[in-house]
Amino acid sequence: MKQNIDNNNEKFTGAEIFVKCLEAEGIELVFGYPGGAVLHIYDELHKQNEVSHILVRHEQGAVHAAEGFAKSSNKPGVVLVTSGPGATNSITGIADAYMDSVPIVVFTGQVRTALIGNDAFQEVDTVGITRPCVKHNFMITNVKDMASTIKKAFYVATSGRPGPVVVDIPKDITEDKCEFNYPKSVSMRSYNPHIEINSDSIIEAAEKILSCEKPVIYAGGGVINSNASEELTNFAKYLNFPVTNTLMGLGCFPGDDPQFIQMLGMHGSYEANMAMHDCDLLIAVGARFDDRITGRLDKFSPDATVIHIDVDPSSISKNIRAHIPIHGDVKDAINKLSQEIIGKKLRPKNIDNWWNQINEWRKKDSFKYNQEGDIIKPQFVVDSLYNVTNGDAFITSDVGQHQMWAAQLYKFNKPKRWINSGGLGTMGFGLPSAMGTQFANPDSLVCCVTGEASIQMCIQELSTCLQYGLPIKIINLNNRYMGMVRQWQEFFYEKRYAMSYMDALPDFVKLAESFGHVGYKVEKSSDVEPALREAINQKNRLVFLDFITDQNENVFPMIATGAAHNKMILS
Amino acid sequence: MRHIISVLLENESGALSRVAGLFSARSFNIESLSVATSEDLTASRMTIVTSGDDAVIEQIVKQLDKLVDVIEVSEITSNEHIEREIVFVRINNSEIDKKIMDKLESYEFLKIHNSKSNDLIIECVDSPENINQFVSTIKKIAVKIVRSGAVGINSN
Ligand SMILES: Cc1ncc(C[n+]2csc(CCOP(=O)(O)OP(=O)(O)O)c2C)c(N)n1
Repeated sequence: MKQNIDNNNEKFTGAEIFVKCLEAEGIELVFGYPGGAVLHIYDELHKQNEVSHILVRHEQGAVHAAEGFAKSSNKPGVVLVTSGPGATNSITGIADAYMDSVPIVVFTGQVRTALIGNDAFQEVDTVGITRPCVKHNFMITNVKDMASTIKKAFYVATSGRPGPVVVDIPKDITEDKCEFNYPKSVSMRSYNPHIEINSDSIIEAAEKILSCEKPVIYAGGGVINSNASEELTNFAKYLNFPVTNTLMGLGCFPGDDPQFIQMLGMHGSYEANMAMHDCDLLIAVGARFDDRITGRLDKFSPDATVIHIDVDPSSISKNIRAHIPIHGDVKDAINKLSQEIIGKKLRPKNIDNWWNQINEWRKKDSFKYNQEGDIIKPQFVVDSLYNVTNGDAFITSDVGQHQMWAAQLYKFNKPKRWINSGGLGTMGFGLPSAMGTQFANPDSLVCCVTGEASIQMCIQELSTCLQYGLPIKIINLNNRYMGMVRQWQEFFYEKRYAMSYMDALPDFVKLAESFGHVGYKVEKSSDVEPALREAINQKNRLVFLDFITDQNENVFPMIATGAAHNKMILS
Repeated sequence: MRHIISVLLENESGALSRVAGLFSARSFNIESLSVATSEDLTASRMTIVTSGDDAVIEQIVKQLDKLVDVIEVSEITSNEHIEREIVFVRINNSEIDKKIMDKLESYEFLKIHNSKSNDLIIECVDSPENINQFVSTIKKIAVKIVRSGAVGINSN
């Protein structure tokens, strides 16, 4: 690692160096919660104004906030927590970021180096506990390594396939002194995220693209992480190929474009899943063939040639064999493919027949619902939200039916607008991630679509929202059930609704008010739109909208676990 | 199929558990694993003997390569290579008879150590195949068997 030569021999404490590193890294916001092991650092944070600290109410909230911040911007999220319980409380968020490839750096306090291994007060083996759910982790055992380790942490978190990095800092290291040099650049012989794309595979892929008759572009979160939405959109438009998105990819191709055949997978559209099943060429871009996408593996796209573009080689041919693997950055790969095809003014085959077939499938209108009468259909709330916000809000979500309806019905036209927990499926993600999103986009409308069960998992963050004046709109689809659990019990457990009924719910309006916010209860379908408008008009207030929705609504279509794509339950 | 994977990794604390953890978390097989210093003072070389079909081995190699501490991964069994393993077997002296001794003569790299307690300790360095054979010959009378697991190197 090259050191920044600095003749200044002044010495600083580890805590001072820590803050200087964040500053040098351009970090403006840290989400965190104090405790014994990090008090030196908090003291230094207190003395300066470059790096702001946002006090959450639970460390899980800090990590989800950092995730929301990172997912809705081009910057990494940063978290600071104390040792022991501070670190363990942050694990769910770290695992969440790992599954969804979110660039965050989590700094955890640790007991003094002399005490490590002695079962000291608030000691846990943070590096050990987090190892399976981080991209990488470090423990700093010498203050001289502080700056270079922090530099490496940000480099690893943000490059290649992004992910969470944990840096564990024993308390004595924050007292020890040394000179401060922040490395200008970093190189690690064991980690090289810059990949040269194999040109043979590009040529081979281009040939298939030009000769196929039934193509599908299956685009995932990797397109968004690689900032390649524009490139992908241009490429797909030129080819006139149908595009489907994974849950994580929504927004990487315009949701209201006629070439968009909606989300695929377990709750994906009829046309997307049928097209996946029948296609002869599957172009997977920054997606990982997760089991919620593929359903039954041996019945997955049986006739397709698979082109798989991904920055992570271990994602390629992990679940589905790729005939043409393209290992590299998604943006780079699409640019190279575009040069090979658009650059040479080559045209694909006419695929009108394929489009006719897709349009036939589309007629099923598989996300349809019936809003009749006063009882509010949850889908109608999402639809109305889309209309009222002109499709231009940042939407975070929790986990359950409401998440699927939001994904199905809010048409995302831009990347980084849809912030949800896909891989881990973490209830409690919605509210704190909305905070991070609002911090990253202070002038934009941020809505959290949630359910009455999920929202209670990180409800304490309402207090954080008041402290920092975050005007988030909470759209609570209150069906008095853990709806997604109830749905599975209805279908697969003969309606034995074990523990999925949410008994003894709080009065969410009073709850919001007690936290200093505005709350409305909405019970009639005709009140849905006016309530949404009213909430959005309250520009500076957090508004909690408690929509009392139809209890028995299910998410359709649905592919049961282990079924093939052409075996969808439609209603 | 049995494969030997050779991994060069940074000598960082925790690097070993990253590799071991990867194998258990993804339910990959480990038949044996040995690790020691390498030609580079700041890196260790680990030799893992595993088994699986081609897709599994491909995943193992890719997942290992993805670990930030891993500098280099190679699957050495698909090319010409040499493998060796060492085993110590402790036997009670009274169990030794001529028949067994004759059988043992056929092993090339065999050494016999005397122990204080009147037991014999037999040391054998050979290919894992021969070691397996040796161990099965002597298993019945063995009090203790200590195997190192294989190490290997490409010879092409
Ligand atoms: C932390 C956590 N615990 C449990 C689950 C399992 N789970 C998935 S969806 C769900 C119900 C969610 O209910 P609610 O938030 O009311 O949303 P709805 O499905 O009713 O829209 C549960 C319990 C989970 N995803 N996350």
